[in-house]
Amino acid sequence: MARVLVGVKRVIDYAVKIRVKPDKTAVVTDGVKHSMNPFDEIAIEEAVRLKEKKIAQEIVAVSCGPAQSQETLRTALAMGVDRGIHVEISGPEYDTLQPIHVSKILAKLAQEEKTDLIIVGKQAIDDDSNQTAQMTAALLGWPQGTFASKIEKQNDELQVTREIDGGLETIKIKLPAVISADLRLNEPRYATLPNIMKAKKKPIKKVSPKDLGVDTAARIEVLSVEDPPTRQAGVILPDVDQLIIKLKEGGHVP
Amino acid sequence: MISLRVAIIQTEGCHCEIRKPANMLRHIQIHTIASRKAAVDLIQNGLVRGISQSLQCRRPEVELTSVRYPGVRRGNYAQLSDRHVQHFRSILPKERVITETEDVAGYNVDWLRMVRGVSQIVLKPKITEEVSAILEYCNAENLAVCPQGGNTGLVGGSVPVFDEVIISTSLMNSIVSLDELSGILVCQAGCILENLESYLSERGFMMPLDLGAKGTCQIGGNVSTNAGGIRLIRYGSLQGSVLGIEAVKADGEVIDCLSSLKKDNTGYHLKHLFIGSEGTLGIVTKVSIQCPPSPKAVNVAFLGLDSFDDILRTFTEARSGLGEILSSCEMMDLLSLDAATSNLKLQRPIGEFPFYMLIETSGSNGTHDEEKLTKFLETLMANGVVRDGTVASEPSRIKLMWNLREGITGGLLHDGYVYKYDISLPHNSFYAIIPELRTLLPADKVGRICGYGHVGDGNLHLNITTPKFDPDVLKIIEPFVFEWTSKLKGSVSAEHGIGFKKTQYIHFSKSQSSLNLMVNIKKLMDPKGILNPYKVLPAQH
Repeated sequence: MARVLVGVKRVIDYAVKIRVKPDKTAVVTDGVKHSMNPFDEIAIEEAVRLKEKKIAQEIVAVSCGPAQSQETLRTALAMGVDRGIHVEISGPEYDTLQPIHVSKILAKLAQEEKTDLIIVGKQAIDDDSNQTAQMTAALLGWPQGTFASKIEKQNDELQVTREIDGGLETIKIKLPAVISADLRLNEPRYATLPNIMKAKKKPIKKVSPKDLGVDTAARIEVLSVEDPPTRQAGVILPDVDQLIIKLKEGGHVP
Repeated sequence: MISLRVAIIQTEGCHCEIRKPANMLRHIQIHTIASRKAAVDLIQNGLVRGISQSLQCRRPEVELTSVRYPGVRRGNYAQLSDRHVQHFRSILPKERVITETEDVAGYNVDWLRMVRGVSQIVLKPKITEEVSAILEYCNAENLAVCPQGGNTGLVGGSVPVFDEVIISTSLMNSIVSLDELSGILVCQAGCILENLESYLSERGFMMPLDLGAKGTCQIGGNVSTNAGGIRLIRYGSLQGSVLGIEAVKADGEVIDCLSSLKKDNTGYHLKHLFIGSEGTLGIVTKVSIQCPPSPKAVNVAFLGLDSFDDILRTFTEARSGLGEILSSCEMMDLLSLDAATSNLKLQRPIGEFPFYMLIETSGSNGTHDEEKLTKFLETLMANGVVRDGTVASEPSRIKLMWNLREGITGGLLHDGYVYKYDISLPHNSFYAIIPELRTLLPADKVGRICGYGHVGDGNLHLNITTPKFDPDVLKIIEPFVFEWTSKLKGSVSAEHGIGFKKTQYIHFSKSQSSLNLMVNIKKLMDPKGILNPYKVLPAQH
């Protein structure tokens, strides 16, 4: 296949403690360390492996977000991606950006870039939406292999093993297709120094949603963002009889 | 009533205790069998309905220190009696006086599973007054005590050798105060280092020390052992950052030199008696410590190098090229990293190289630091000094890289028995001992000979592993390692301390007159010798 498009998102690093803004409108992001969404790292790794196996010829990474999203694209380039596309969206427009917008952008780019395969992470760790892969496939009318834990190419088709509640499901889908990467698909490589230096010279094209004819007008309104309730301490009881009394008192047993 | 048959598989070297609830005695039949096969037979015959595994039973019991080291003699201390236990129960509530064998067992063994005592009691005070009352009584009754914090020490200093009364500081875990202007933290000795770090980081500060045991070690123990760790190169030793100490002497008298002042030259600096004396001159109950502000930008580079000389070149470059932002400079050889990656199933970030380095920078300006670090790395790679590497500023990636370095100690334990040495050497002779040992030790008896450590501070952690403790291997290693170190005027214990394991080797790094003065100070502070006996100072003849 000629071209693989990988969507990557810049999110708050998972090792950082999340803080809610005092006005409860959002989570604090200023001065907070961000990194590439872990599932997107897995998506990039899979794409790079396809290129190393000579199944794919070119890999293009896409990120929608503010100027700092370019750093995320640089990481992708350092992992082996050939070029990047930065769809610049910032400020309030970015705050209300939803998977529906991103899917329209990816779908448009896929058509413009004559893509054969789109790989994205199954969900972002900040919104846990798990919608982009599915919506992008629907917009394009392409088959989808979501929660992929294994991808094998067989002629013009992909055999995808999916992680589902009951276990593993294996499906065959025709190319072009959309894949969403799950945790066990692979273990992403570290970007090594020579590649980090090479990545600085790889091109990143900047476009705007308008250039792609996508309307990013808000479709939602954030009412409030709050911390989850703090966990209540448990109580240690001396024996089973006390436990039964407590359960009855709390109305948990008749 | 259904009769229950319970089969317990007791494998060789395993110690299992069988406890039957009294009211079920009639109804449970216990069979001890020697193998899983026998268990399967029982099931197939319908005599047993299922198998439950208890991991506790699978670990072989650690040999008693008194058995493995028969030359050490129990001092002339009193034996613990019921009268003593009654008295302790009058000072502390019953849940803080532990006498059940199974509950005391864990406190008798060290983290490395090298030594095991036979103490029958653990006391858990919550406040200094309780420690004072306990020690006053023990001193009067001539009962030896073993102060214990997180029990993560690596020289057998935190557990009893015989039946010393264990005084655990685990419940002395309150933070007294943090002055957010000066960064001076006052807290009790039982505070866990990682908890202090979390508390401080929410307020823009950090602890001036960090070590792999941070999730378990307590600040009282850190101070008592003058712990070093991975940030000493930047923030200095505890001798500088500890501003004050509150400790209890052997006779129960509380010594309050807990001043929280950066500058206080009013008389002898008594706190230094307790920093690094490993609980032999007093029990530390409170600490006041100078905490640096949290860095705004942290970067970690993990590098692969071909030779130890390249490591030295990199360190020299780091000192000048990274200068004030360098906060950690660690090295490890291939076998050390392998202990972490293979035994703990961690991912190696770069290819296989004979040597690796982990360099950390901490500063107030991310852009400035990244520029410096990038230039530093590009130069070294262009010169071939560094063969490959990876660098990151994201907390998640930084954690992964540190896990590799900090996981080595735990990873080595999976090999079996670890002969662990912690030496300070001049930089040029830092690594030479390892090829030397490879020629001396028989390849068929020894598992791994490896070295890693704080190369920035000249501190090497030399480790040799064997599947089981082997006295013949020990004879080849000791005193060779100490003699080698002494010849190079190095330290036989850079940061781990003396504890129980190295008392006979102090003379390799300290003069006789120094040792004599130490003995005199000990006699003055603890005339009956009840505080952590058999540790630090060599046995008196």
